[in-house]
Amino acid sequence: MTLGPLLIGIYVFVLASFVGFEMITKVPPTLHTPLMSGANAISGITVVGAIAAATTGAPTVANILGALAIVTATINVVGGFLVTDRMLRMFGKKKKK
Amino acid sequence: MNQEVIQSTVVPVIYLLSTVLFIFGIKQLSKVRTARRGNALAAVGMLLAIIGALLELGVVDYRWIAGGMAIGTVIGLLFAIRVQMTSMPEMVALFNGFGGIASALVAASVYWALVVQRSPAGKVYEVLGTDEAITVMLSILIGGITFTGSLIALFKLQGKLKKGQPILLPARHYITFVLLVGSFAFGGLAVAATASDSVVWILALGAGSLILGVLLTIPIGGADMPVVVSLLNSYSGIAASMAGFVIGNPVLIIAGALVGAAGLILTQIMCVAMNRSLLNVLVGGFGVTDGGGGGGGSDEYTSVTSCGPEEAAMILENAESLIIIPGYGLAVAQAQHAVRELADMLKARGTKVTYGIHPVAGRMPGHMNVLLAEADVPYEELLEMDVINPEFKNTDVVLILGANDVVNPAATKDPTSPIAGMPILNAHEARSVFVVKRSLSPGYAGIKNELFEYDNTMMIFGDAKKVLQGLIGEVKDL
Repeated sequence: MTLGPLLIGIYVFVLASFVGFEMITKVPPTLHTPLMSGANAISGITVVGAIAAATTGAPTVANILGALAIVTATINVVGGFLVTDRMLRMFGKKKKK
Repeated sequence: MNQEVIQSTVVPVIYLLSTVLFIFGIKQLSKVRTARRGNALAAVGMLLAIIGALLELGVVDYRWIAGGMAIGTVIGLLFAIRVQMTSMPEMVALFNGFGGIASALVAASVYWALVVQRSPAGKVYEVLGTDEAITVMLSILIGGITFTGSLIALFKLQGKLKKGQPILLPARHYITFVLLVGSFAFGGLAVAATASDSVVWILALGAGSLILGVLLTIPIGGADMPVVVSLLNSYSGIAASMAGFVIGNPVLIIAGALVGAAGLILTQIMCVAMNRSLLNVLVGGFGVTDGGGGGGGSDEYTSVTSCGPEEAAMILENAESLIIIPGYGLAVAQAQHAVRELADMLKARGTKVTYGIHPVAGRMPGHMNVLLAEADVPYEELLEMDVINPEFKNTDVVLILGANDVVNPAATKDPTSPIAGMPILNAHEARSVFVVKRSLSPGYAGIKNELFEYDNTMMIFGDAKKVLQGLIGEVKDL
């Protein structure tokens, strides 16, 4: 049996989905919003794809689409992680008391 | 080290590290003690993945990449720093939309570079390969739906679209179905067409996906927006995963799948909390009778008693136990600090103060927890619905701050009510109930709350923060 790249990709996708399902079984309601927000920041991983899509200096359609993808994905990543941290910082501070 | 070694060994190892960090990050995000570290781990994983992507490229023209990342970082920073704690749900929805459109744009860019620019005469499925061509289409479809769906959710959360009420087009199910089938058809036609002919089909697919995102979200009521945002978050993960298939990058496939699965589970948890099925939420039109007409029961209030802060303060002062039920009104009024101040004063006088948190209070699960944590309310005082419900019978006073549907007894008493079966906080069982609310207008379910007419209920009309400040002043003077 030889697996082509698509099949390997599907294997990886299915297994990773199971990991995702298993990880999120027990979460206290307090953390639902931060968890959603943190997971949302991770979905900004598409920035990696975007970087590969804007590799020349020429103002071609492909490059412009790629650069737009970089901007939007970076907003998702930077904003997402920071906002999550801001929320979680609030849970942290009362524990010290 | 030459570029070949970097490509074959260094970059894959970096990507592997990055995925491991994502998994640890999400795992730790689900426990209170480690959540902050988990978020930081995930952020490091993201940084590694970006470094990996840059190394993989080798020497290219970095100007567009650097420019794009700089602009994105500045905008992301500004949003993250300036947003109020009360608007977190809107922020998550907005970021989510950006993530979705980014995945669609990546697919569109790859398509344009490889197909339209390089080989305009070839068939799309021959140039890209059938698999990759299909994932390009799926990426555009899911990314587009996520984008406009998130924006509509954002507007609904802000109450800008018909105050968040469902918008029901005639024959909306047919329109949506036809559009979905149409979008698949456009995608299929694009895959089979020659490169230069496929552009028009891709544009049709893009437009179809954007309209679908709107159509799928507008019939859903504002109260269900948390579920929708969570589901769209799952979609944006899947869109990223599809983009991963397009460019053949495992870190995108894995991270996207993780988010897709985690988002789906979280969505399910929220639906269970509302005692509704996901399908029921998505079909939409909650609390609105499709055929027009009044629906059962009167929407008019007949016997409502209201009072001012003085009277309420006197009863509060003599209460031995108080349960505070916060809702979205608390968030809107930014009254989280005022409520803690009042609670502190009453506690100093010997009153036992706890908070009853409904799983879907506010606009996001955990929304109230975040808000009250901001005001330093001790974590142990926030009690979940199952824990607090047996307590109401033995409680002197319940203070409801801008919550409505989650305390409506109709959910348990009237089987014909649109919210029948939804678990509620049994506030009506307490000896006296104060409801702080701006008016008698219905909540997101769009129905009357019979609790407001109960004999043991007093309304205090006004903005939650102003009322609380009034109460604080009165308690001080006592």
